Amino acid sequence: MSLVHVTDLTVGFGDLRAVDGLSFRLEQGAALALVGESGSGKSTVASALLGLHRGTGARVGGSVEVAGVDVQRASDDELRRLRGAKAAMVFQDPLSSLDPYYAIGDQIAEVYRVHTRVSRRAARARAVEVLDRVGIPDAVRRSRSRPHEFSGGMRQRALIAMALACEPRLLIADEPTTALDVTVQAQILDLLHTLRQETGMGLLLVTHDVGVAAGSVDDVLVMRHGRAVERGPVAAVLGAPGQAYTRELLAAVPRVDAPRTPSPAPGEVVLEAKGLRREFGRGKRAFAAVDDVSLTVRRGETLGVVGESGSGKTTLGRMLVGLLEPTAGEVRHDGHARVGVDPAVQMVFQDPVSSLNPRRSVGESIADPLRARGERDEKRIRGRVRELLERVGLEGAHYDRYPHEFSGGQRQRVGIARALAADPRVIVCDEPVSALDVTTQAQVVALLGELQRELGLALVFVAHDLAVVRQVSDRVAVMRHGRIVEQGPADEVYDSPRDPYTRQLLAAVPALDPRIAARRRAERREVAVT
Amino acid sequence: MSEALVATEVPGAAVPGASGARQFWRRLRAQRAAMVAAVVVALLVLVALAAPLLTALEGQDPTTYHPSLIDSARGGVPIGSFGGVSGDHWLGVEPQTGRDLFARLVYGARVSLGVALAATAVQVFLGVVVGVAAALGNRWVDQLLSRVTDIIVAMPLMIMALALLAIVPGSFPRPVLVALIIGFVAWGTIGKIARAQTLTLKELDYVAAARLSGWGTLRIARRELLPGLAAPVITYAALMVPANIGIEASLSFLGVGVRPPTPSWGQMLTSADVWYQAAPQYLLLPAAALFVTVLALTVLGDGVRTALDPRAASRLRIGTGRRQESKADLSEAGNLDGDEPKVHEPETAREGTA
Amino acid sequence: MSGFTAFALRRAVSAVLTLLALSVIIYVVFYATPGNVAQITCGPRCSPEQVHQVAQQLRLDDPLYLRYWHFLQGIVAGHDYSTGTSVEHCPAPCLGLSYQSDQQVTRIILDKLPVSLSLVVGAMVLWLLLGVGTGVLSAWRRGRFTERALTGITLAGVATPVFVIGLVLMIVVCGQLELLPFPEYVPFADDPEQWMWGLLLPWVTLALGEAAYFARLTRASMLETLAEDHIRTFRAYGVGERSIVGRHALRGALAPIIALNANDFGSAVGGAVLVESLFGLPGIGQELVHAVTVIDLPVVVGMVLVIGFFVVLANAVADVLYAVADRRVVLA
Repeated sequence: MSLVHVTDLTVGFGDLRAVDGLSFRLEQGAALALVGESGSGKSTVASALLGLHRGTGARVGGSVEVAGVDVQRASDDELRRLRGAKAAMVFQDPLSSLDPYYAIGDQIAEVYRVHTRVSRRAARARAVEVLDRVGIPDAVRRSRSRPHEFSGGMRQRALIAMALACEPRLLIADEPTTALDVTVQAQILDLLHTLRQETGMGLLLVTHDVGVAAGSVDDVLVMRHGRAVERGPVAAVLGAPGQAYTRELLAAVPRVDAPRTPSPAPGEVVLEAKGLRREFGRGKRAFAAVDDVSLTVRRGETLGVVGESGSGKTTLGRMLVGLLEPTAGEVRHDGHARVGVDPAVQMVFQDPVSSLNPRRSVGESIADPLRARGERDEKRIRGRVRELLERVGLEGAHYDRYPHEFSGGQRQRVGIARALAADPRVIVCDEPVSALDVTTQAQVVALLGELQRELGLALVFVAHDLAVVRQVSDRVAVMRHGRIVEQGPADEVYDSPRDPYTRQLLAAVPALDPRIAARRRAERREVAVT
Repeated sequence: MSEALVATEVPGAAVPGASGARQFWRRLRAQRAAMVAAVVVALLVLVALAAPLLTALEGQDPTTYHPSLIDSARGGVPIGSFGGVSGDHWLGVEPQTGRDLFARLVYGARVSLGVALAATAVQVFLGVVVGVAAALGNRWVDQLLSRVTDIIVAMPLMIMALALLAIVPGSFPRPVLVALIIGFVAWGTIGKIARAQTLTLKELDYVAAARLSGWGTLRIARRELLPGLAAPVITYAALMVPANIGIEASLSFLGVGVRPPTPSWGQMLTSADVWYQAAPQYLLLPAAALFVTVLALTVLGDGVRTALDPRAASRLRIGTGRRQESKADLSEAGNLDGDEPKVHEPETAREGTA
Repeated sequence: MSGFTAFALRRAVSAVLTLLALSVIIYVVFYATPGNVAQITCGPRCSPEQVHQVAQQLRLDDPLYLRYWHFLQGIVAGHDYSTGTSVEHCPAPCLGLSYQSDQQVTRIILDKLPVSLSLVVGAMVLWLLLGVGTGVLSAWRRGRFTERALTGITLAGVATPVFVIGLVLMIVVCGQLELLPFPEYVPFADDPEQWMWGLLLPWVTLALGEAAYFARLTRASMLETLAEDHIRTFRAYGVGERSIVGRHALRGALAPIIALNANDFGSAVGGAVLVESLFGLPGIGQELVHAVTVIDLPVVVGMVLVIGFFVVLANAVADVLYAVADRRVVLA
């Protein structure tokens, strides 16, 4: 009997059909990845496996059988006995997925006691045991900590420990590493791999990241608009995709190992940072988010700034455009020291939602730099905005529309148009594509490249994603703890990294080829041992 | 109903985008209870506005004594059944004075709504000005204004209002005075909300983008910040109106608010318990009027809150930043030196009434 | 936990500063008002001689800051007053003398305080139990008839001014049904049972409105917690509804309840004034209304300060409790 048997599953919310006639099986001990972009319905499927839609008003059709339980027809009690005991779920954001008010050990113990009739003391002991199992050092003491006292990776380990507590036969992991840094992501994926080998439990991995799937599962099911597009062994689907959509998806995934066609010879230096330092906090709590960073950006070239969360890359970006004043050091622009903002240095922001005022039409937002410059002729303003909208691939008639009428990728285009309206010479892009789906991501990156060539812009591309940075950058700076640990031509940094941290980062990037993924895993294990 | 909203609109704020307003109306109309409440409030406002007309129809006014209609031998009980109900006096007359009850009731609506709306306007104005100034000012301005706000919040409203009413000369028009005092004593919570919301908005990328466009602080405050403030401020203000009605009624009940001959529902209840057997409507009518008014305004306020993006309202509540932390690089996003805004989005606006 | 001690200490200092600032504001507002302060304090029917005498007593010739300084001195160290022939000592904390009765304000307040404290503390126990209980119940039974019924009842409770509740209760319970005697205050030390019976109706009156308010708050706060991600986790692990509502959601809702209870303490004190006036309980509130009506400024100022003291104290305690309930506040 299959561990999971889904037949003709449909899930509807109001008018929306999130899942539309999906069927699949997962055998005992096997691993399957549901891969898809946002809105493909993959997470909805995960919730449906545990009957989490019950009582929420969602319409669920078809049949779902998990570990011998008919989820659709089971009584509330039967469903409760399934959840956590036979099939356990790990969620995306480990911080919000744990109760902030209770110790982690207590939360695991509570879940354990729901399914086993043991004493409080025995449940606590079990909690410590599983925490130790997932690699949390000093588990006895740490089990008394609350979630906010853990780091992101440790929290995800704790959530996995909770899942392990009752020795389930199926582990459902819903985007388990999306909120984590790349090095931590690798650790968590390795942990899941090891646990699967040791316990023989089945794994259903839900992810938007093809690379994450490649190294972690046997089979993959590509989803789009609530339907299955393609399925099969992971090596076959990723190596020789049979469907157009799969090919498109794979083509859009940036590769960390693909060299970039170099830009034409860069021109004169337009932006220069010298010994930048920025402190936050006062007194004992003061710390330097950016410390002694120097860099130059030339006309027509792209400087990639890559780093994990807390590396100071966002702070650096904000200082470069003048939104933040440095504590020490200076930003030089065309050879002059600069204070405050200058329209010639613009920024494209990370979050397509918060970067546009929801109460103003996109045309008005784009027109801001024109009006601020003193342009009063409404006709010329409209004309220029139309031109810019069309230049970034939108329609000129979109002037009077509001941000909520646009998708994430379109909003990011609006943001680019607004930056262009100021006739900038430098654009600092702060994680411009990290909130976008991979196909949209590729389009926005391509647009930036086009504009750069056309206008001779200098770009500073700040991102956490090593592959994207390689794809766009001529030169790369790797940041850690507020400092640049390595800086140089992109190919040099990626192909022969000198700094151990850069090497560690590169080893952690998920590979699209399952064989390479397995090799990297082995490498990481070696690095960990030595 | 639009009366109430217009009166509490943030001063100087731009009207939210067309789409936002449409969305607001759609969400509000979807709530049946809120719509019923809106109709009731609209009726009350109409009654208040048309008070002279209504009393003219009845042929009475709220201040004329009718000694002939009360039985002075029995301590001033109205003559006739049901407290002197007749064709001339639709709801009977007041014990002891014989003033027309209907006229006093409809003029009471004027006082009640007028004082509450005016007080709310003062509260919103002071709160928004102080809150925005604190959020946009430097560290010292913020410290000073925040401490002042704290003190205002800490002051027990009823007590302060009571005490302040004692020292102002009697010549000052009483309803205006009551509205001003309620307004000046109870703007603290709106100030806190405005400050917290401005701090949140200030950090948003679109404000940064406006700065990069080359706009100055004032223009950014007007175009980017104030419209974003409207939703939480209107939400809270909608709940302040019923609260202020309760405060005015309470002060007048204690005999220090609106004073005779100006009628007020609370004031009418001051001696009602003495007369409830002889003239039950003298107790029941003002009590019912107060109850219905406060209830309708509260339900409407709830509806307004639900319609104006409940998520935005809940974000204001106690900034533990649970969600934000997962966002990359939050630790470097600045704002580490300020204390987290700790604001309670109140279930009902209440500062001192009961 | 040293961070916590530091937090508590900081909060205490800020409470003292707030109180000091409050005293300045109150003093300035009341003694620097336009018009002849002496005339106002003495009353409209005072002869010019009396007004002059009051002005001297008030040291109206001194600048305001000096008078405030004397006032502070009185609070810290006490004062000696010469009342014509004899000298009366007013021990610290001295809040001055009443113009109406020449009594020491501190003594008047101390006389009335037990009544008001009995009323407010008793009612607070009642409204917290009733309000939080109702809120939890309606969050647990959400979407069902119980919740809708409770929502309606609490809405009515919020919409009824406390003195209307009191009036109706008094007329129905004491007048018509004669279930209880008309409320009166009997000191606890004299007869605990009589104390309780006498205060029962005032407690209920004050507590009903507050309870409705807290029920709404608790329900809203719990529903919000129930929508959070970690609740989904426990659902996905088969944890029962009872534990999810009673353990996780209530715990999450606790911090805002504590914080709001402090904020609301001030409004409850306001409600207590109404209840005291309505039922004729000889507490601070009734005395304050009296002092306001006869414009007895020292009594008004003293009482406002004492009430402010309690409210600031309640806020400080609640902040510390809040920090205990939600330790991330301290760590942030």
